[in-house]
Amino acid sequence: MSDLVSDNLNMQFTTPSGLVVHALKDVSFNLKKGELLSVLGPSGCGKTTLLNIIAGFLNPTGGEVKLGDTEIRGPGVDRGMVFQQGALFEWLTVAQNVDFGLRMKGADPVETAKKVDEWLEIVGLAGFGDTPTYQLSGGMQQRIALARCLINDPDLILMDEPLGALDALTREKMQSLVLKIWKETGKTIMIITHSVEEALMLGERLFVMAPRPGRLHKEYRLPFAEMGLTQDPRDIKKTQHFSEIREEILSMIWDMEEEIMGGGTL
Amino acid sequence: MMDFLFEQRNTIVAFLIIGLIIALALSVIKGRQIMATERTDLVFGNPAKALGGWYWIITGMSFVLLIWFYFSWDAARAYHPTSANELCQVAKVERAIKPMRSQFPIDKQNLRGTDLIARDSAQLERINNSLKSFALQPAEELEAKAILASLSSALVDQANPAYLKQSLTTEFAAIAERINSVNASFSDPAFPGPPTSAQKAAAEAQPDWGDTGKEIPVEPATPLGYRYAAIAAEIRLIVKDFAKLRNTGPHLLAQVADINLRIKAAKASAKANLNLSDAELESREKLYSQLNKMLKRIDNGSIYPPNSLNDVQVALMAFDKSHIEQQGSLRTFDTWMMPGGRIIAGNSACSEQGSGRWLPKPSDTLGTLVRISDPDIGFKDTPLLWYRWQPVGGMLAFLLPDWLVDLVPGEYPRHTENGTINSNFKSNVKDFVTGNYESFSIPVPMGHMWDSIIRVVIGLFFGIVLGVPLGLYMGLSRFAKGFFDPMIELYRPVPPLAWAPLILTIFGIQDDGKIFLLFMVAFAIMVISARTGATGTQLSKIHAAHSLGASNRQILRRVIFPNSLPEILTGIRISIGVCWGTLVAAEMLAGTTGIGFVENVARKQSDYEVIWVTIIILGVLGLMFDLIMRSVIKRTIPWRGKG
Repeated sequence: MSDLVSDNLNMQFTTPSGLVVHALKDVSFNLKKGELLSVLGPSGCGKTTLLNIIAGFLNPTGGEVKLGDTEIRGPGVDRGMVFQQGALFEWLTVAQNVDFGLRMKGADPVETAKKVDEWLEIVGLAGFGDTPTYQLSGGMQQRIALARCLINDPDLILMDEPLGALDALTREKMQSLVLKIWKETGKTIMIITHSVEEALMLGERLFVMAPRPGRLHKEYRLPFAEMGLTQDPRDIKKTQHFSEIREEILSMIWDMEEEIMGGGTL
Repeated sequence: MMDFLFEQRNTIVAFLIIGLIIALALSVIKGRQIMATERTDLVFGNPAKALGGWYWIITGMSFVLLIWFYFSWDAARAYHPTSANELCQVAKVERAIKPMRSQFPIDKQNLRGTDLIARDSAQLERINNSLKSFALQPAEELEAKAILASLSSALVDQANPAYLKQSLTTEFAAIAERINSVNASFSDPAFPGPPTSAQKAAAEAQPDWGDTGKEIPVEPATPLGYRYAAIAAEIRLIVKDFAKLRNTGPHLLAQVADINLRIKAAKASAKANLNLSDAELESREKLYSQLNKMLKRIDNGSIYPPNSLNDVQVALMAFDKSHIEQQGSLRTFDTWMMPGGRIIAGNSACSEQGSGRWLPKPSDTLGTLVRISDPDIGFKDTPLLWYRWQPVGGMLAFLLPDWLVDLVPGEYPRHTENGTINSNFKSNVKDFVTGNYESFSIPVPMGHMWDSIIRVVIGLFFGIVLGVPLGLYMGLSRFAKGFFDPMIELYRPVPPLAWAPLILTIFGIQDDGKIFLLFMVAFAIMVISARTGATGTQLSKIHAAHSLGASNRQILRRVIFPNSLPEILTGIRISIGVCWGTLVAAEMLAGTTGIGFVENVARKQSDYEVIWVTIIILGVLGLMFDLIMRSVIKRTIPWRGKG
């Protein structure tokens, strides 16, 4: 069982002027293996902090996160990350980016090359192995980031607004790709996003977080990700169920934002 | 081949100049045509308008070259090679007549006599006004005043036609007549007659203009030259005779003798007066020596009645006029083709003055470059860039430390009873380490250029090898940044040349001082650029590498280092430029080889051509370094600015 268990997670930052900021307060959840979770919330609600703690880049000030039976302490290969801008190594070619993790481990080069080809095939970039990454479009770069993360065969994939910088059309295609990979590999995936529609489409489970202090506000269990595997996403978005939940979450976030702005009216 | 090119350089330059003018004209026409097609672009400040334009590049280059050819008088030499020789003869005439001209209000405002009267009267007046300060007794003061009055009248009387020395009237007339006759020979086609065989031989024996350094052939070699040279000789004689003339008539001589006696008497009576203290005596001595000085000036007899020299002046002005007229087209050529200076005559040689002197002719500069590029000539016994055969053993010995021998067990061999020395293992190792054995030789580059280049390369190498790791460390660690920053900032802001005297004094004039100086320069720049590069690494890239399982070491080598590469390479490019500048100055301060050394020696010898050659070499090498770095940057970090 490699579930992701968060137990009363707390995170406090102290600013240089002595102010204490409560970024996360008593965050507890249990993500089962193979689940697809999307996290949504207004800016400053601690989404990225939560992700960084799970990735092991930050040490929580209270509580603990476990992946399976081991407590998370520091970054590890069992958790792969995909960043908003791809964070590709632009001095390497596509193939060198994808096999970066394996090379660092000192894996057999022949097998590595085979795996790279497989993964480039899966993300639809077959034949681009020798291309420098800076020559590729944003969508292609994100696919490489995805392949680079998946080739390591992590238990958990963490995505920090992975599609935020893409245009609408590419974004839809990438959403289908993420769903396809989720289905085929059966990985646990946690996605942080700003877009409500994306959160609905890419979330079997959906957390809405609230700011000050950052906490879990509401949880949904949604059918759209499962539906997205077989149906046209545009048809799903046209259903009444989809738009009802979308409006509900939008007004929820709107209220939170208004609270932050000090109740000002627009 | 080189000799042929050297002999024909005037022809080559002449054709080159015509080619350049045509290129300039064509490219200007082309440029204006293209401009006309862009009339529809009404945007002011459109940067696209500054792109391309090879025709303007040709225009600019031809323009610079033409300016160089023109102001260095290379164009003048190419189209009229004998002009300098002819102008040298003209200059001889000017030099000959100058002492006489300076007597008359031709170049100056006043007649020389007018100036002298004004000067001496003023001086007499000054002495008269200061008489009180000498604290004379009443009788002495009266006598001094009387002497001053006599001096004054002796001065003024020289201007009086009644006292003019009688022989002078005829002598002045004779001088004027001689000048007039020389003047007439200007336009006399028979003057000065065919050149003598000695003259011809001297003219043929001398080198052409610019054949040897900056020399201008001094012996006349053309009809115009012969004429001016002959006239210069005549004028020299006339001027010599004129200088001997003095307005020392009987009236002046009597006055002078009288004043002389009175000064002596006054002096003697002061000495005889026992009541005077030493100081008082001394002040009187001073007064009488001033009076004596004035008497000597007046005794000179160089003031004439105002109109007595009129004939000579008229003759001189007529001579001036024909002197200019007779130069004809040569004068026009001098005015238009030899800008920024002229040719002047000295005692034994003629020389170029102005831009013709300090701006070397392109053809001569090229010639000098070719000449000192010849490894057998070089500069100061060292070629510019050549190679020599060096045994590999010696080079290996340079790299191997001598203490290696001490690690070998055993003792060095002793000589035997019959006087031979048998080598053993230890002595063999010693021979190997010190390079004391037969080995094959390989060619190794050498020379001034190579020395300069290798100094920069070695200094830069150590700067990079030590500076980059420290810079990366400082970019990642607050401790390292805080700890090392003060040390680097302590020496970095000091201009490298301010360190040079200290470092060259400590290390001596050999290579190590200069290399250390360059290392200091490169080190600071490399530390700062590597630090900037490391600091600029995006956190998400490091996060990604972490979660892909890279170790700290791998992140440093595979992520942070390549990410800092653009800054590091830019740092290297800047370092090369600064090192190059510092090196040349350091070589000027101390050293026996290197381009900076060559330039400094040439400066001491006022050898403009070698100075310009070194400037050109330095520029070309600097440009070459930069081009190499640019292409390295283009190849190594093609992602820069696209990430």
